[in-house]
Amino acid sequence: MADSADETLLDIRNLRIEATVYPPGEDPHDITIVDDVSLTLGRGRVLGLIGESGAGKSTIGLSSMGYGRGGVRITGGQVLLNGRDILKGGMAGLRGVRGREVCYVAQSAAAAFNPVHRLMDQVTEAALKHGSADRQTVQARAIDLFGQLGLPDPETIGQRYPHQVSGGQLQRVMTAMALASGPDLIVFDEPTTALDVTTQIDVLAAIKLAIRKTGVAALYISHDLAVVAQVSDEMMVLQGGKLVEHGETRQVIEAPREEYTQALVSVRSIRHEEKPPSPEPVLTIRGVTAAYPGTNVDVLRDINVEVHPGQTLAVVGESGSGKSTLARVITGLLPPREGEVQFAGRTLSSAMEKRSRDDLRELQMIYQMADVAMNPRQTVRTIVGRPLEFYFGLRGKEKERRIAELLDEIEMGEGFIDRYPAELSGGQKQRVCIARALAAKPNLIICDEVTSALDPLVADGILKLLLKLQAEEHVAFLFITHDLATVRAIADSIAVMYQGEVVRYGPKSEVLSPPFDDYTDLLLSSVPEMKLGWLEEVIEHRRMESAGN
Amino acid sequence: MLELRTIPWSARVGLVLTFLFVFVAVFADLVAPYSNTEVVSDVWEPVFGAHILGTDNLGRDLLSRMIYGARTTIFVAAMATALSFSLGSVLGFTAAVIGGVVDQAMSRSVDLLMAIPTLIFALVVLSVLPGTLIVLILVMGILDSTRVYRLARAVAVDITVMDFVEAARLRGEGRIWIIFREILPNALSPLVAELGLRFIFAVLFLSALSFLGLGVQPPDADWGGMVKENKEGIVFGIPAALIPAAAIAALAISVNLVADWILNRTTDLKGGRGNG
Repeated sequence: MADSADETLLDIRNLRIEATVYPPGEDPHDITIVDDVSLTLGRGRVLGLIGESGAGKSTIGLSSMGYGRGGVRITGGQVLLNGRDILKGGMAGLRGVRGREVCYVAQSAAAAFNPVHRLMDQVTEAALKHGSADRQTVQARAIDLFGQLGLPDPETIGQRYPHQVSGGQLQRVMTAMALASGPDLIVFDEPTTALDVTTQIDVLAAIKLAIRKTGVAALYISHDLAVVAQVSDEMMVLQGGKLVEHGETRQVIEAPREEYTQALVSVRSIRHEEKPPSPEPVLTIRGVTAAYPGTNVDVLRDINVEVHPGQTLAVVGESGSGKSTLARVITGLLPPREGEVQFAGRTLSSAMEKRSRDDLRELQMIYQMADVAMNPRQTVRTIVGRPLEFYFGLRGKEKERRIAELLDEIEMGEGFIDRYPAELSGGQKQRVCIARALAAKPNLIICDEVTSALDPLVADGILKLLLKLQAEEHVAFLFITHDLATVRAIADSIAVMYQGEVVRYGPKSEVLSPPFDDYTDLLLSSVPEMKLGWLEEVIEHRRMESAGN
Repeated sequence: MLELRTIPWSARVGLVLTFLFVFVAVFADLVAPYSNTEVVSDVWEPVFGAHILGTDNLGRDLLSRMIYGARTTIFVAAMATALSFSLGSVLGFTAAVIGGVVDQAMSRSVDLLMAIPTLIFALVVLSVLPGTLIVLILVMGILDSTRVYRLARAVAVDITVMDFVEAARLRGEGRIWIIFREILPNALSPLVAELGLRFIFAVLFLSALSFLGLGVQPPDADWGGMVKENKEGIVFGIPAALIPAAAIAALAISVNLVADWILNRTTDLKGGRGNG
């Protein structure tokens, strides 16, 4: 491979990709998703494609396989792979390229594997279809790759079905699948985004090692700059289908040239000073143990936390740690087996149905997925206006005025009042949900992963808005999240949850300063940092294995 | 918005035919050349003679009988469908929203009702009860509502677990608001598509009942009954029984074409234009 190291593998020239959109209430029209993007990739090099959702990064990645997803059309430019224009070869030409010269690793391995076939059959399928080797050779190669990717029992793991391995393992198996046919190029499409933060770094390290060992070139697509910085040699920043900046990884993260890149690099720069706890907490959770009906597994065990008025308690943990269950207990959707929830000095009845309308009003909730948290058949007027009508009996002019006020508070304005949720952007949807919660004039808002479905810059805006509203309205937040950067930005106190228990709880400054318990240490060290060589450092210094490994 | 040129030709054919059938049914008194029961000529006169479609087994004008038959058939089928939809969807939504024991009890009773072959069940019930149109509509509507119930419940179960319904519950909203304001608007698309299909089944069911002599009673005309009255003629090469049979088929197909088109327009699957 040494003599071909400088050779160009992939050469995309003036790529233009279009799609037809069908906006509600308008005539269908064509939009440009990728506009005049060119890139070259040398053999064995890793190029990171960075951008927010809608930047066209996945579309460009797939175009290197000559594929347009969901009605997307490549309408201009050339994609040269190994010197041949793959767009000109027709379907037969593409079949020869895909799975042999270029392979793909999808974001959700769980959805990308066929649940009824054994892993080994799926991993070796492409290589066998292309007839590059006989079954024994390919299987031996796959077992070798399983070992390289750090999978347990590389000899036998191929005999398992997809549901018998963890999410992090499945993502590695998918990487092995891509490598099995010995391609020249692999497209990684957000391979670690769906994983927990502590699992993510193991998978990331495995992918990086496999890339280095096999000398394959890669397009690594992600919205997380810190993650891409760990694996790529060079980076391309995209916005709205256009190239913003292209350079060596070190240059992009240490000295970004363009304003947009600078914004991406410095995201989560909110500083929030911790407030001292007040004598009277607004919410006290005492000795709560809870299990889902019909099961005898306690998903929460002896939880004791407090939220103070006008302050934020961040509940941090991985998926399955019980943090969302805690929210269900507080709202009364899941009555606890033991323990009680005290709100503003009075004990709340454990079941939602028995709570008074005022109890319900003072405790509001904002959800992770704003799309499904709003009725798609109701306008903003109904969504925000209904709590006003329901709790305060506001009607007519009075109600309209208050809706306008709330829309101003969330920095959107009256112009949005007749829109349906489908006509709002992701950030705007979440803002409307915030307005709906505020309309009830609550004392406490439970925010369940409210920023995790949003792009970093948009999420930043939401966090700033929440902090502003907290200062103005003196409302307390119980903020559930898996993202420690968010916690640092907004919390006054923190509860770290692990397997249904609070393992660390206290004011932010205490929780985030050493000495740490093992789990908090693992969690804190797993948050990707925008620093070259961070990944290797962390892997070396870990004290505990992550659960999803 | 809906534009005429975007309607596929199959749906256009369906729309025109359906409209024609409904028009004839509504204005039967003005359109029909003779009355429903008037004997105008000899029995089983050929088509395209003095009477366009000939005459039936008693010498009545077949065209007029067809027109009045359209009125009865479409009226009874439409009323039965309306009944089955209001009943089935409200009960289905309620079962989905309340859940638990209530849902189990309602769903299992519906299963029980569905386990008995509908036609036999209807025959037994109708042979006991008086043979009026109201009874016929009630029996057809209630039997058919089990199908609508299952669809409505399935759709609503999907919707009740969505966050916006949970948000409404947490707000303290009552069941009426949740069923009619949160769930119904989101369940309407699949239900409307199903409406067309259920209407066709109602037409076929009514025709079958009438053919067996337990549906619409003579001398009132309805298509299934007309096939029965004239079926002896087939042996002699008289097409009088085939004409109402063809009308049943034509109505079923044209409504089906329209229903298919609506289903396509509202589906959320790939290529659909839903969510609008």
